[in-house]
Amino acid sequence: MSKWLEEHLPKVVLAPSFIAVLVFVYGFIIWTAWVSLTRSKLLPKYDIEGFIQYDRLFAAPRWDVAMNNLFIFGTLFIAISMVLGLMLAILLDQNIRTEGAIRTIYLYPMALSMIVTGTAWKWILNPGLGLEATVQGWGFETFTFNWLVDPDKAIYTIVLAAIWQSSGFVMALFLAGLRSVDTEIIRAAQVDGIPTWRVYTAIIIPSMAPIFLSAFIVLAHLAIKSFDLVIALTGGGPGFATDLPATYMYAMAFSRGDIGQAASSAMIMMGVVFTIVVPYLYSELRAKND
Amino acid sequence: MTDFAIDTPRSQSRTLRIGLRWLLYVILGLFALYYLLPLFVMITTSLKSLEEIRTGDLMALPREVTFDAWRTAWSKACTGIQCNGVKPYFWNSVLIAVPAVLISTLLGAMNGYVVAHWKFKGANIFFALMLFGCFIPFQVVLLPMARVLGFMGIAGTIPGLIFVHVIYGLGFTTLFFRNYYVTIPAELSKAAKVDGAGFFRIFWSIFLPLSLPIIVVSVIWQFTQIWNDFLFGVSFSQSGTQPITVALNNIVNSTTGVKEYNVDMAAAIIAALPTLLVYVVAGKYFIRGLTAGSVKG
Amino acid sequence: MAPILDIKNLYKNYGSVEILKDINVSIEQGDFLVLVGPSGCGKSTLLNCIAGLEPISGGELHIAGRNMTDVSPKDRDIAMVFQSYALYPTMTVAKNITFGMKVRGVDAATQQEKLQKVARQLQIEPLLNRRPGQLSGGQRQRVAMGRALVRDPKLFLFDEPLSNLDAKLRVEMRTEIKELHQRLGASMVYVTHDQIEAMTLATKIVVMKGGVIQQIGTPAEIYNRPANLFVADFMGNPAMNLIPAKVKSDSEASRIEIARRDGAPIVLTDRQNRNLPEDVIIGVRPEDIAEPGHRNGSVTQEAECMVDIVEPAGADTYVVMQMGGKHVTARLHAETSAEPGKAQRLAFDLGKVSYFAPETGQRLN
Repeated sequence: MSKWLEEHLPKVVLAPSFIAVLVFVYGFIIWTAWVSLTRSKLLPKYDIEGFIQYDRLFAAPRWDVAMNNLFIFGTLFIAISMVLGLMLAILLDQNIRTEGAIRTIYLYPMALSMIVTGTAWKWILNPGLGLEATVQGWGFETFTFNWLVDPDKAIYTIVLAAIWQSSGFVMALFLAGLRSVDTEIIRAAQVDGIPTWRVYTAIIIPSMAPIFLSAFIVLAHLAIKSFDLVIALTGGGPGFATDLPATYMYAMAFSRGDIGQAASSAMIMMGVVFTIVVPYLYSELRAKND
Repeated sequence: MTDFAIDTPRSQSRTLRIGLRWLLYVILGLFALYYLLPLFVMITTSLKSLEEIRTGDLMALPREVTFDAWRTAWSKACTGIQCNGVKPYFWNSVLIAVPAVLISTLLGAMNGYVVAHWKFKGANIFFALMLFGCFIPFQVVLLPMARVLGFMGIAGTIPGLIFVHVIYGLGFTTLFFRNYYVTIPAELSKAAKVDGAGFFRIFWSIFLPLSLPIIVVSVIWQFTQIWNDFLFGVSFSQSGTQPITVALNNIVNSTTGVKEYNVDMAAAIIAALPTLLVYVVAGKYFIRGLTAGSVKG
Repeated sequence: MAPILDIKNLYKNYGSVEILKDINVSIEQGDFLVLVGPSGCGKSTLLNCIAGLEPISGGELHIAGRNMTDVSPKDRDIAMVFQSYALYPTMTVAKNITFGMKVRGVDAATQQEKLQKVARQLQIEPLLNRRPGQLSGGQRQRVAMGRALVRDPKLFLFDEPLSNLDAKLRVEMRTEIKELHQRLGASMVYVTHDQIEAMTLATKIVVMKGGVIQQIGTPAEIYNRPANLFVADFMGNPAMNLIPAKVKSDSEASRIEIARRDGAPIVLTDRQNRNLPEDVIIGVRPEDIAEPGHRNGSVTQEAECMVDIVEPAGADTYVVMQMGGKHVTARLHAETSAEPGKAQRLAFDLGKVSYFAPETGQRLN
């Protein structure tokens, strides 16, 4: 008995977590996938009816808006965060005396809840009393800044707040990457008389390719999961103008009582996440095992 | 520090160099303002009276500092029908976060220890499954989880939320500890085995005393995640067990009565304080958690 | 008395990869067994198998007469010193040494007594309250030895314990380990890739390659009568000269012809080894090629050789020549008159040469 225990103790210790992950992650994914193929409404049904939920989903204008928004939001959020993050990282890498303090300031939004971020920006962007009023107060009487209530522009306020929250983190990632470049290579380039900007463009940035990838994965993942920020900042409105798949799914699941739609939209979200994350994780794990 | 930035080419004139340097600091300063602006606005607004907010300027410092909004936010603000402020929800969050952080960190440490130092067939598959689990959008587990919590009789309760946070935090805590423990040489556990120490003895006497840095990372990461969580909170709580993020959202978006922006801001700061404090006190570990969660080394 | 360590038909696989193949080794009480071979030859895996840290896939393993094949490391009555020393970083030196006893429930007084004895023996008394991080490489090495000594085990296992030390310290510690072995009369198994360590320490050497034992023997046997080309090449520094040659054997003697780049082949006549095949590789240690009359070999034959390179090394001078298409090194005395580009008369000690079959690499004589 004790011999058996001694040999199998590691497995015994791992077992609860293993079962938990199996059931609560993979089992639940299967459950959701299953339900997404049924006619479930308020309560789940388990008779498979094919892809009707997906047909409904793709026919729904609100889902169309949500996917469109995800594309706009995702692209802008990822691109601007990366550019801004890289730029700030390079600027901070120039022997700035107050680097520690500046880094702290750039990164603190990452510690905040998206709900807090949303609340703050909602107030700042408030058309009546916020930034608009301030700028008008400076004498620009005709200045208008009502993106928050403009169905065509509201999605950009989410982009703005999300970048504010996450770009500091991207900066930290890139800064760590800049610092990890082999200094001998940089010295060699200096000895060869290569100007500083060329050292960046030709040596340092290309060698940071894995960091670009990591930053991209993290940001894409954040974008697809974005839910709290939209809820706090616009509530998905005006109308459904700033709906994202995550808010669509939530609305279907908890306010509309349409479990079939919720399940199918969740599956689409997972599909999007996995097409981005799986190849990345796969290559990471493989590289480690070699 | 990449130290080559100091020696810019000699041909550049001195004034140009100083000018560039100034420009650099100006740009960095402007961005610092961009990041600080919302915090500044939040703080100043929370210290103004509603009257001053309506007539005054968003960016202006309060003419008259008042803590009324803070008092209201803490104990009187309305979340829907109840008007007890954020106080009860703040404590809900504490009651959820503390046990969930401790349990998930402990389990993650054990898992990481097994995966890194007691390799058996399938240990790597377990780790890969865990890792993929970190990345699923939680929407995909929301519906079945709501039902399972019901079956378990903990739907809408604080233990229910603790359970959910432990389950979905495990992937990250396991990842942290696994990545930390693989850097500890295998010879150390071999030496302990020859010395006669068993599975738990090696963990308690050898590994745990070495783990302080990664425990800090894991605790901070989990605390930030759980404290800031909204999706699970809004999905699996009922009135009375809601975490502070949900309460804050309810206060801000309640449509009854006059909009009290100062109260909103005070409530938002209260909700942000614990994680901000953690960030200020242990920023180094906070960043390490963020990067460890994204770049696996 | 039963052998202290007896390994029979041991196999070790990782999945379908065979790491160790049919290992058979046996040593007596007081033996110092050295497992030597290039990296990846399986020597460390074999040591881990002996320790019980790696399960074996086939065969049996006995320590002091007990079948230990499936016994866990703590019950094998062994102690082990690791390459990285594997000191517990959060414990003091004293705690490191007593940890094993503490786990076993040895009472505190005995722990202290044994600790003091070992500390005195290794002269690490002033270090007892320090942590491993505060010690130098040599000091860590001593503590690791102390941790093993305090066990007073049936068998000591060493996994390349000196490879992390600098060259000078390595030689000192080597001597100390040898002294310790002689004083304790303990049985030891020692893994190294350094053939000089193997030669100086061992009472018995196992040369391994690709998970297969190439030769087992005393240092002298291994050095003088290598079983195959691999052992011949691996053991000894500078390595044994392995020169392709043509043989004409008759009942009297073997006439051995070694081709040269310039001039007629060198012809040596070996009267001891007859019946050699036509093609051989002849193995001559550098010290068995000397100036005539300088070292008295039993059966020497002289030849005129063209010297290419002269390498003074202090105590000796090495000269390099071209024979049979190979560089051939001879170890001459320090004040030799040999000069590059000049001919030098050299004596070959045929009493000590080895012959190998070129196809199989196996020893012929």
